[in-house]
Amino acid sequence: MAQMPRQPLFLARSSYRQRRLRDAIRFLPITGIVLLMLPLLWPRGPDGPGNGQVLIYIFSAWSFLILLSFLLTRRLRNDDAEEGNEPKAEDG
Amino acid sequence: MLTFNLLVAAALAYVAFLFTIAFIAERRASLGKVAWLRGPLIYTLSLSIYCTAWTFYGAVGFAARSGLEYLTIYLGPTLVMLGWWWFLRKLVRIGRSQRITSIADLISSRFGKSTALGVIVTALCVVGVTPYIALQLQSLTLSFAVFADAGGSEWVAGDLNAVALYAAGGLAVFTILFGTRNLDANERHHGIVLAIAVEAVVKLAALMAVGIFVVWGIAGGVEQTLARIEASDIAHWEQSGGRWVGLTFVAAAAFLCLPRMFHVLVVENDNERHLATASWAFPTYVMLMSLFVVPIAVVGLDLLPEGSNPDLFVLTVPLNQGREGLATLSFLGGFSSATSMVIVATIALATMVSNHIVVPIWLRSRGQGAMMSGDVRAVVLTARRLSIIGVLTLGYVYYRLSGGGAALAAIGLISFVGVAQILPVMMGAIFWRGATRVGAAAGLTTGFAIWAWALFLPSFGEGAILSARVLAEGPWGIGWLRPSALFGFDALDPLLQAALWSMLLNTAVFVVGSLLSFPSPLERLQGAQFVNVFEHSAGAQTWAPNSAQAEDLLIVAQRIIGPTEAQAAFQRAARAQGKAGYLPDVTPEFVQTVERMLAGSVGAATAHAMVSQTLEGAAVSVEDLIAVADEAAQILEYSNKLEAKSAEQERTARALRDANQKLTALSIQKDAFLSQISHELRTPMTSIRSFSEILREGGTDVAAQQRYAGIIQDESIRLTRLLDDLLDLTVLENGQVVLNQQEGSLADLLDRAVDTSGLRSGGIKVIRRPADEAIALSTDLDRLGQVFINLVSNAQKYCDAENPELRIVVRQTPQGPVVDFIDNGSGVPEASQEVIFEKFSRLEDHARAGGAGLGLAICREVMLRLGGEIFYLPGQGGAAFRVVLPKSQAMAAQ
Repeated sequence: MAQMPRQPLFLARSSYRQRRLRDAIRFLPITGIVLLMLPLLWPRGPDGPGNGQVLIYIFSAWSFLILLSFLLTRRLRNDDAEEGNEPKAEDG
Repeated sequence: MLTFNLLVAAALAYVAFLFTIAFIAERRASLGKVAWLRGPLIYTLSLSIYCTAWTFYGAVGFAARSGLEYLTIYLGPTLVMLGWWWFLRKLVRIGRSQRITSIADLISSRFGKSTALGVIVTALCVVGVTPYIALQLQSLTLSFAVFADAGGSEWVAGDLNAVALYAAGGLAVFTILFGTRNLDANERHHGIVLAIAVEAVVKLAALMAVGIFVVWGIAGGVEQTLARIEASDIAHWEQSGGRWVGLTFVAAAAFLCLPRMFHVLVVENDNERHLATASWAFPTYVMLMSLFVVPIAVVGLDLLPEGSNPDLFVLTVPLNQGREGLATLSFLGGFSSATSMVIVATIALATMVSNHIVVPIWLRSRGQGAMMSGDVRAVVLTARRLSIIGVLTLGYVYYRLSGGGAALAAIGLISFVGVAQILPVMMGAIFWRGATRVGAAAGLTTGFAIWAWALFLPSFGEGAILSARVLAEGPWGIGWLRPSALFGFDALDPLLQAALWSMLLNTAVFVVGSLLSFPSPLERLQGAQFVNVFEHSAGAQTWAPNSAQAEDLLIVAQRIIGPTEAQAAFQRAARAQGKAGYLPDVTPEFVQTVERMLAGSVGAATAHAMVSQTLEGAAVSVEDLIAVADEAAQILEYSNKLEAKSAEQERTARALRDANQKLTALSIQKDAFLSQISHELRTPMTSIRSFSEILREGGTDVAAQQRYAGIIQDESIRLTRLLDDLLDLTVLENGQVVLNQQEGSLADLLDRAVDTSGLRSGGIKVIRRPADEAIALSTDLDRLGQVFINLVSNAQKYCDAENPELRIVVRQTPQGPVVDFIDNGSGVPEASQEVIFEKFSRLEDHARAGGAGLGLAICREVMLRLGGEIFYLPGQGGAAFRVVLPKSQAMAAQ
């Protein structure tokens, strides 16, 4: 008896997760812009970090973004049917 | 020492290898085995044509000159791929649902299928990309020259030009061979995609190999490499913020707008899901491509003598170290980068030029629009082939004119800024319903003009097109129009200020123009379909119903996408409506389907023009369009759903209505037949009776007796034949017939049919192609022959042309081999096509008909028993019947 209401709740939770996953994917390019533009705030010339360090930073940030994108898109489910209702279900 | 000839041999072997790969891919695709060709991996690799020879060789030079700035060229596309959910997903969905063939087609289609916009975008792309193609030719010749120098032979300009010419020629052959193989409804090229995927692997492997050699082979490890960087000329982080942001933006915009990128990203995309994979795989690819650029630059600056060209370090560093194998690999990498870019860019440009410039002009020059005679497919393919040759010639000419100097090296970024001018209109097209054609045209023209003035024309150098005076003081001495400092801003560098002004004014003019102008109904409709592509799963209504003849549409479609595909598509549509045969009802949805089908081959604007000409000015009703495109679209969406639910009932109702119509027509014809059959029976009976009476009374001479007996006999034979036919039909219909399996060949059977009908002796002319008829049959040959004889003698009897001709065409279709009997008479009117196979039907003209209208009914019953099919084939310019040969038997015999 107690299991009956749990079933729909579980389903809603999974589609809720999917929608938040899409939100996370939407945020990816913004994260990317922030991370990749960050070096512009650093001091220039001989006093600042050398190009070697900047290079290491950029490639680390780059790898991080790729890894993030890989992990997020891998969990993305392919349900076209849901996409149509997406705007309405947005706040769900 | 690596000889120069060996290198040429390696390049040729590599090219042969690419041809083989492309050929195998095409072969497999034609057999339907496309799954592995269309995976996400191949898709991601095909995107790598973004990395051209300019980035392969030039990135190192870029790094040697301005430190880490080269990274922006790769960071821009990385951000676009990470943001796939925002733009690319929508772009790909639109591309698929609207059958978009190029970026010009996208813009033209969105703004009311406008021909003018298609021409503007095409012109912009040709002007922007041609120098880029020239740049690839230059890098090819330079890399050859490096080896020639190393081999001890000094090259003169003539040799370089010859290499460029051979390269352009070879690329034209490859592109024409695999890029215009067919006029695919989806504009997809399996061979080319696989070839560029292989080239992508080669160039990545080459650059990584050189990088690994430099870091671990020369510098001695990661730490030592970092130490070398600290000690080099580019040790310090001195990046200008404006250029970092600006170049990243320009690269991102170009990634979306470059015709070749749009082609691989959107047109060749097979599955939206591939974007999800590419969103991490493509950034990985470009990251690896740029990983070793700085080490190679630093080591090159260290090792090579002062003044050597840093753009060629990727080649000269291994050569300097005596690693000829590595240098060759690196050469092939650069070769791959250049060729793959040129091939895809050429296809994309040629598609645009042929669809938006050549074909519309050709159609207009013919004056008759879409209904002219001849095969449009051949014209479109020829136009595309000529466009390919034209684009490559233009690239070569540009290379020769520019002298292959430093002016060309700067063209990469200039080209990027040029095509980026499409970005505002493209974004408006897919996100803003209010964007209009007028605004788009004005914005594009503004951006194009500013770019040309501030960047493109000055790039030819002082005095080439703009005089030194104009460059220094502005035209007519107007200082604020100086190309390098528009509006008096000279704080930014020329590239950045040109990019800034062109993009800003472009966007502003586009927005203001859109706000002030009023869109046409078709624009509003297309706007709704583009912007709300995820909600509008079903297409909206475009055409007033029932204003076109299905047969006319079939004729147009056959000319463009080919008879087999067009007939199959029409048959599918008819079946979906619950009808048999090839002519569906001309519903708005059906017209839209046809238009999209054609758009896949010739572009939206042309397809729209052709269909509207076919509909003979039955223009879109404004109320219809407003109703859909208006903000009330959501209400309509709801009613659409209701409509979808009732579609099933409607299908059934339509089938019932059709059946009812047929029954009514038949019952009328049945009455007519009864009187006809009585008449048919009575006429011979009357003459038999009269003549036998004369004979019985006697008093006639022998000659007359003979003649009367002859008439009696003829009439009895006619009577018998009529009764035989009726009997035959009854037996067939009741399924009591015994089939007599025999082996034989189709050619023999057709020969016999033609002979029996007495066609050899004159009258109608029979045209056949014996080569196609070599098909072995295993079925009841007598019965099948009966069908053929009937069709052939029908043509003889009814064909009313002055010089009657009967074409007997054997085709291979997905349903198996079919035989078409096509004459050049006036054909069967559409109203009668439905009933000619019914057993009591016959066309109006009783006088020339010999039988009682049973022939075709018997044919249909026979084919049914044999397991084949026979039906009337509309739209062939005369009466045409298609016989689908009995499948299993025909297959078994092969």
